[in-house]
Amino acid sequence: MASLKDLRNRIASVKATQKITKAMQMVAAAKLRRAQLAAEAARPYAERMERVLANLGANLKNSPDAPLLLTGTGSDKRHLLVVATAERGLCGGFNGSIVRLARLHADKLIAEGKEVQFLCVGKKGAELLRRNYGGLIREKIEFPANQTPSFASADGVATKVLELYKAGEFDVATLFFSRFRSVISQTPTAQQIVPAEVPEPVEGADAPDGALYEYEPSEEEILDELLPKNVAIQIFKGLLENAASEQGARMSAMDNATRNAGEMIKKLTLTYNRTRQAQITKELIEIISGAEAL
Amino acid sequence: MDSFPFELVSPEKLLVSEEVQHVVVPGSEGEFGVMAHHAPFMTTLKPGVVKVYKTEGGEPEKLFVKGGFADVNAKGLTILADEATPLAEMGVDRIDELIKDAEEDLEDASTDDDKLKAELRLVRLRETKAVYF
Repeated sequence: MASLKDLRNRIASVKATQKITKAMQMVAAAKLRRAQLAAEAARPYAERMERVLANLGANLKNSPDAPLLLTGTGSDKRHLLVVATAERGLCGGFNGSIVRLARLHADKLIAEGKEVQFLCVGKKGAELLRRNYGGLIREKIEFPANQTPSFASADGVATKVLELYKAGEFDVATLFFSRFRSVISQTPTAQQIVPAEVPEPVEGADAPDGALYEYEPSEEEILDELLPKNVAIQIFKGLLENAASEQGARMSAMDNATRNAGEMIKKLTLTYNRTRQAQITKELIEIISGAEAL
Repeated sequence: MDSFPFELVSPEKLLVSEEVQHVVVPGSEGEFGVMAHHAPFMTTLKPGVVKVYKTEGGEPEKLFVKGGFADVNAKGLTILADEATPLAEMGVDRIDELIKDAEEDLEDASTDDDKLKAELRLVRLRETKAVYF
């Protein structure tokens, strides 16, 4: 059995760990709030963008001049999977579940005889994917940890994706991220970003009495600028959801860890006290039997 | 004079959302003013300053936009800006930075189309700097 001194050391070390996990939980809670605010602030732009896109896209979907980003390349042989994960671990199953979904997706595509490439956003995803798909990772993008994603960083990812698309490197791009539902529930999600999915226009909402829209420059040119921006916005939205999910996941993981540490301390303290008592009893017996022997 | 709802959003936040009288927008084909009951209209923007008149004849609120889209419909005017900052909060160094970016884009431009776009942007940024800074 462990000696009293060993037990004392164990208890002290578990207590120190508990302090750390507790602090991490509180930091995650504060960051979660910030991430949620950022996600909320970004919502209006995405909503308006969707409305405009629905308007324009519906008119042009079948026109021969429609940009490639809207119509697609006409094939779906080569896929690009954009996997957005966190820069750091210690956040429960957050990174694992996103990567698992991406892996399922990739395996299905490969089984169908399609080509798959990865673009990893965030360090952890690349680390997890490297083992199985090392050769398929086209590009890794890392952001400084500890920051709510800015639009500029999302724009950087979008530029990369669009460059590859323009160069004809892939036909379909899918973004993998975790949708934030609540602190205890985040759902890994796959969303197609290229070619753009045009939302259905709301009937009669934007064109009362059939007033005709005027476009300056032409509809095609506006759409040409709008679609790349839309890709950036979708990625930005994904990254923000991801940031909130990551902090949520970390918060509950650290809460669990703190609770586990508490239980461990309780158990260890019990053993410590038992051992102490046993030793006292033993010493007493030794003294008494020594005195009796005289 | 009638007022109409005006919204200015950048990807990171909603900057303005209120009833206004008159807005002057730097459209890519020229500046244009929007008042209530404007015909449906959609355009891209060039770098410049959006002027928002909340009351008739009052001082306009000025905001710098780096580019984006404007959408006028029966529900009012919506500007989707790539980047928007109130002019008062905007430093000279930021516009200098944008000018430098545009200069670099111009050098890197490979096709005539890209070159033209970068040049137009550069000219507009310089003009904006000359007028407002």
